[in-house]
Amino acid sequence: MAELPATPLLDDLEKGPWPSFVTEIKNAALHKDSCKDLLGQLERSYREKIGHWKHGGIVGVLGYGGGVIGRYSDLPKEFPGIAHFHTLRINQPSGWFYTSKALRDICDLWEEHGSGLTNMHGSTGDIILLGTTTDELEPTFKALTDVGFDIGGSGSDVRTPSCCVGPARCEWACYDTLKVCYQLTMDYQDEIHRPMFPYKFKFKMSGCPNDCVASIARSDMSIIGTWRDDIQQDDAAVKEYADKGLNIQRDVVGNCPGQCMEWDGEKLTIDNDLCRRCMHCINAMPKALAPGKDRGATILLGSKAPIVEGALLSSVLIPFLKIDNEEDFKDLQALVEEIWEVWGEEGKNRERVGEFIQRVGMANFLEAIGLEPVAEMVAHPRENPYVFYNQGDDEEEDK
Amino acid sequence: MSEFTMEIDGVSLPLDEDGFLQEPDLWNEKVAQAFAAPEGIEGELTEEHWNVINYLREYYLKNQIAPMIRRLCKETGCNIKKIYELFPSGPAKGACKLAGLPKPTGCV
Ligand code: SF4
Ligand code: SF4
Repeated sequence: MAELPATPLLDDLEKGPWPSFVTEIKNAALHKDSCKDLLGQLERSYREKIGHWKHGGIVGVLGYGGGVIGRYSDLPKEFPGIAHFHTLRINQPSGWFYTSKALRDICDLWEEHGSGLTNMHGSTGDIILLGTTTDELEPTFKALTDVGFDIGGSGSDVRTPSCCVGPARCEWACYDTLKVCYQLTMDYQDEIHRPMFPYKFKFKMSGCPNDCVASIARSDMSIIGTWRDDIQQDDAAVKEYADKGLNIQRDVVGNCPGQCMEWDGEKLTIDNDLCRRCMHCINAMPKALAPGKDRGATILLGSKAPIVEGALLSSVLIPFLKIDNEEDFKDLQALVEEIWEVWGEEGKNRERVGEFIQRVGMANFLEAIGLEPVAEMVAHPRENPYVFYNQGDDEEEDK
Repeated sequence: MSEFTMEIDGVSLPLDEDGFLQEPDLWNEKVAQAFAAPEGIEGELTEEHWNVINYLREYYLKNQIAPMIRRLCKETGCNIKKIYELFPSGPAKGACKLAGLPKPTGCV
C-alpha cells in the first residue's frame, strides 16, 4: 500500500499526552485507502481553511428515510477514496451498555463494509460509523441487523432517544431512564425511521437534576428526574463530613441557590419548601444527603442548539410526573403525541418545537395541546417567564 | 455539464450525484419509470404511484419546492407507511426523484 500523505498540520494534533483522532485515522489508513484520502483532504482543508465536504446528499437504505447522512468530497478526482464517505447513525443501547462481543461485531462489520472509523458516541448519542460508499449501505444495514443493531434517526424525525446511565449504576436516579428510553425507542420506530415532522425532535432522559446527558440544552423534550418530598438527610453523616474538614457553611450552605439551608456547626437544617432540587448539596455530601423518596420526573420542552435560530433551553411543561408504570407512561405518550399533532400541523419547515412555541406564544400552545397553565411552568426555578411583576408589587408582598 | 447522466429516447439527462434530475423540465413519464427499479420499485408503476408522483409534480411546479411530508400524506391519502411501501427509499429519495424534482433540501 502506498505511503501516507504528508500532513504537517494534522501532525500537530498528535502532540501531547492525549488521544488523537489523527493517530487513529493514520492507523486506519495503513489498510484503508479511504482513510488515506481522508487525511489528505483534511490536511488540505486545514491549509486552505475551507471544508471540502459537499453539503446535503440524500442517501439511505430501503424502508428508512433517516439514519444515513450523505457525504461527498468536492475533490473526488484528487481524493477518490472519499468521493462517497457517508455516515451511518446506529441506535445505541440505553445507557450505552455493550458486551465486548457486540462492540467487536460492530467493528468487524465496519472494517468489512466501511472505513473502520467509528465515533463512540456522537452528540446525538448514537454510535457513528464514519465513511462508506453508496453501494455498501444496504450490505452494512443487513450486517448490522444480523447482529441485532438498527439504524438511528436523522433529518426531520424522532432522533434516537438517549438517556443517562440512570438506576443501572447511579443512586440518584429518580426514575428508570433506561426503561423510558427503550420504550420510547420501541414505540416510536415509525417516527424514528420515517421522517415526517417539520424538523428534528429529540428526547433525552436524565435521572436527576445533575442532567448528565445535558437534556435541558440538547433535546426538544427533556425528561429530568426529581422528587417532591424532602431531601433524605443523615445527620451523623453530615457531622462526619464536617469533622473531616468539609466547610459546610461556605461550600454547601453558601452555594445553595435556594438559600434554604442553615448550618449551626452541629446540625444542618433544610427548608425543603424553598429547595430548588438543584442537587448541589447532595453532590457535595453524597453520603449524607439523597434525593427524597417520592420520585418522578419534570418534563421540559423546547431546547435546541443554535443552528437555524439562536440556542434555547427547555422550559418546564409538567412540573412533576410519576413514570413508574404503564399507565404513567401512557400519559406521557399522550402528551407527546398531542404536541406532535399541533407542531406537525402548524409548524413551519425546519422550525423546532421550541421556536414554534416562541412564534405562536406559550398560552396558545398550551391551549392547543390541552394543558392548563400552572405557575410551575418556568424557565428557571422561582422565575416565571410568563408572568410579569412590577417592582412595586414585589415590595408590597414582602411587607 | 454533469458527470452523471441518464439516456432516455436518445436524450441525455443530467443527474446530480444522488441521481436526481438536474432539470425538472426534462421530466416525462418514461423518466419516472426508468428511475423506479433503482429505487427498489419492481415492475410497472401503479396508479397509486402515479397519484403520489402527480401530486408532487403539481405542487412543485406551483411552489418551486417539495411539500412537507405531512401534507403529502394528507393530500394523497397515503399514510407514511404506505408511502414507504410504494417508494421503499422514501418520499424524498424515492418519490421526489421519480417525480423529477431536484434533490429536496431539508423538507420531505
Ligand atoms: S443524571 Fe443523575 S441519575 Fe443520571 S447519571 Fe447523572 S447523576 Fe446519575
Ligand atoms: S438541592 Fe440545591 S436548592 Fe435544594 S437544598 Fe440542596 S443546594 Fe439548596
